[in-house]
Amino acid sequence: MLRLGIFLAVLATPLAAQERVIVLGGGLAEIVYALGQEHRLVGRDTTASFPPEIMALPDVGYVRALSPEGLLALDPDLILASEGSGPVETVQIMQAASVPFVQITEDPSAAAVLERVTAVAGHLGTEAAGAALVAQLEAEFAALAEVTQAVTTPKRVMFILSASGGRINAAGRDSGAEAMIRLAGGVNAFDDFSGYRLLSDEAITAAAPDVLLMMDRGGDHALSDAEILAHPALGLTPAAEQGAVIRMNGIYLLGFGPRTAQAAQELHGALYPQPHKGG
Amino acid sequence: MVALTWTRGADSTASGDRSARARVTLLALVAFVVLASLASLGTGAAGVSLPQVLGKWLAGEGLTLREHVVLFDIRLPRLLTGMLVGASLAVSGAVMQGLFRNPLADPGIVGVGAGAGLGAVLAIVLGAFLPPAILAVAGMHLVPLAAFVGGWVTTLILYRVSTRAGRTSVATMLLAGIALGALSGALTGILVYIADDQQLRDLTFWGLGSLAGASWAKLAAAAPIMVLALVAAPLLARALNGLALGEGAAAHLGIAVQRMKSLAILTVAGATGAAVAVSGGIGFIGIVVPHLLRLVMGPDHRFLLPAAALLGAGLLLLADIIARLIIAPAELPIGIVTAVLGGPVFLWILLRRRGIVDM
Repeated sequence: MLRLGIFLAVLATPLAAQERVIVLGGGLAEIVYALGQEHRLVGRDTTASFPPEIMALPDVGYVRALSPEGLLALDPDLILASEGSGPVETVQIMQAASVPFVQITEDPSAAAVLERVTAVAGHLGTEAAGAALVAQLEAEFAALAEVTQAVTTPKRVMFILSASGGRINAAGRDSGAEAMIRLAGGVNAFDDFSGYRLLSDEAITAAAPDVLLMMDRGGDHALSDAEILAHPALGLTPAAEQGAVIRMNGIYLLGFGPRTAQAAQELHGALYPQPHKGG
Repeated sequence: MVALTWTRGADSTASGDRSARARVTLLALVAFVVLASLASLGTGAAGVSLPQVLGKWLAGEGLTLREHVVLFDIRLPRLLTGMLVGASLAVSGAVMQGLFRNPLADPGIVGVGAGAGLGAVLAIVLGAFLPPAILAVAGMHLVPLAAFVGGWVTTLILYRVSTRAGRTSVATMLLAGIALGALSGALTGILVYIADDQQLRDLTFWGLGSLAGASWAKLAAAAPIMVLALVAAPLLARALNGLALGEGAAAHLGIAVQRMKSLAILTVAGATGAAVAVSGGIGFIGIVVPHLLRLVMGPDHRFLLPAAALLGAGLLLLADIIARLIIAPAELPIGIVTAVLGGPVFLWILLRRRGIVDM
C-alpha cells in the first residue's frame, strides 16, 4: 500500500527525514496537517489554503505552472505534489537538483483519500500516524456508507460551480462534485456530460434538481436565494420552490482530504433533514 | 495610408548625422543587453548571485549542486531563450511594419499568432487522443511543436491566398489575415468549449506566455530557426528601405520586390513561430520596440533591424526578471509584464508622434 503515488523523481532514502517540505495541492496539505507534520512545511501552492495558518507559508503559484527557481528558492528536500503538477521541465530540474518530486494520485474518491494519506505518511516517515488516520477515516467512511445505504429515493442534486452573468456552470459525470454527491447519498442531476459545463436554461429545467449545491467562497460566487428565484431556469426547479439550497466551503466540499468523510456526512445531513427510516 | 507619411518622410538616404546617431544607439544597446544578461543570470528567487559564484570560482571552490542547477539548468537556458525570443519578436515586428508599410503591423499579422494559438489549443485539448506512436515521439514537446506547425500552416495559407500571378498583395494579406484570425478564433472557441477545467487553465497560462519552461532541449530545437531568421533579416534592410517609397518605386530601384516579400514572410513566420512555440503568447515587444527605435534613430532598416534585435532581447530579459521576482517564489506570466509595460509606452509614443502620424 506504500507505493501508490507515481514517482517521477528518485525516492530519497526513507530513513533520512525530510525537514523542508513543499506541498502542492489542497488535499495533500490538509493531510500533512492531520498527520501533525506541518512544522516541516516550507511552501505551498495556491490551492493549499486550509487550515488558515498555511496561508502564512510562501505560495509557489499554480501547480501546473511552477517556476523551478521559485521551488529551489525555498530550499526543499521533498516536494509532495498532486498528480499532473508541472510543467515537465520544472520536474526535470528538480530531478537534476536531486530534490524528490513525488506525484500523488488526485482521484476524487474515498479510496483515493486513503491512498493519499498512506502515500504522504510514507514519504514523511510517519507511517504509524498514517495508519491511525487511515483507520479513523475508514471508520468514518463506513459509518457514512451505512447511513447513505438507508436512502431509498436519492435526491437529485445539481452542483453549481459558478454562475457569473447568469450563466450556470454545473457538474456532470466524473467530477469531484459528483463523487461528493454520491458519497453523501444523492445522485447528480446531470450525467450526460463529463466535467463541468455551461448549461442552457432548458437543460436545467429538464434536469429538475431537488437540491442546489454550491460553494461558499465568501460571497462572490455563491448565488443568493433571491438570485436563484429570479433566475429564469433555476427559479423553476423543485429545489428553488422548496428552498433546498446548500452552500458549503469549497475546499471542505471538494478538497478530498482528511475532512472528506465529515464533509460528506454534513452534506448528507443537509440533503435529508428528516432522518429516514429503512422503508 | 496614413502611415506612409512618416515612413516616407524619413527616406532611405539617411543623413550622416543620423547614421552617427544610429551607431551610438547600437553601441548603447549592446551595453544594455550585456547588462540585462548579467542581471538575468544574477537574479532570481533562489538568491544565487553572480559575485558569490565568481568569488567561489576564484577561490577554487566548487559550486554546490543547487547553485549549479540554478545557474546552468534554469537561468542560462532561460537567458538565451529570452534573448532569442525578444530579438525574434522585435525584428519580426520591424520587418512586418516595413513590409506592410503600416505602423500597426506586428508579427501576428502574418497569421502566426492565431495559427500558433490554435495549434497549442489543439495539442492541449486533443493531444491525449493522438496515436501513442506520435505521442511517444512528440512527448512533452507536443504543445510547442503544434504551435510551430500551426503558425506555419496559417502563414502558408495566407501567403497562397494573397499571391496571384506571382505577386503577393500585402493588402489582401492583411484582410485575409483578419478572416483567418476569426476562423482560428472560432475553432479555438470550440476547443475551449470542450476543454475541461485543467485544460482551460493550461490554455490561459499558455496564452499569457512564460519563459519558466525554458530548457536546453527546447532551446536546441527552436534556437536554430530563430538564429537563422535573425541572420536573414538584415539582408532585407535595403529592400525594406526601398519599399518605403512604394512597391512601384522599389521595383524601379532594382529591388526584387516579390522575392523580398517571400523572404520577409518566411523569416517572420520562422522567427515568430519558434518564439511563440517556446514561450507562448508574448505581446507588445514586436510593436513597441521598433516604434521606440524609430523615434531615436529614424526608420533606416540597416540600423533599425539590428537595433530591434538588441532592444527586444534586452527588454524581454528585463521583463522576465520582473516576472520571476515580483511574486516569488511564484511567477507572473511574462506576457502580463510586457503588456503592462508596453501598453503605456505605446500610448506615449502615439502622443509624441501624433503630429507626424496625423495628416
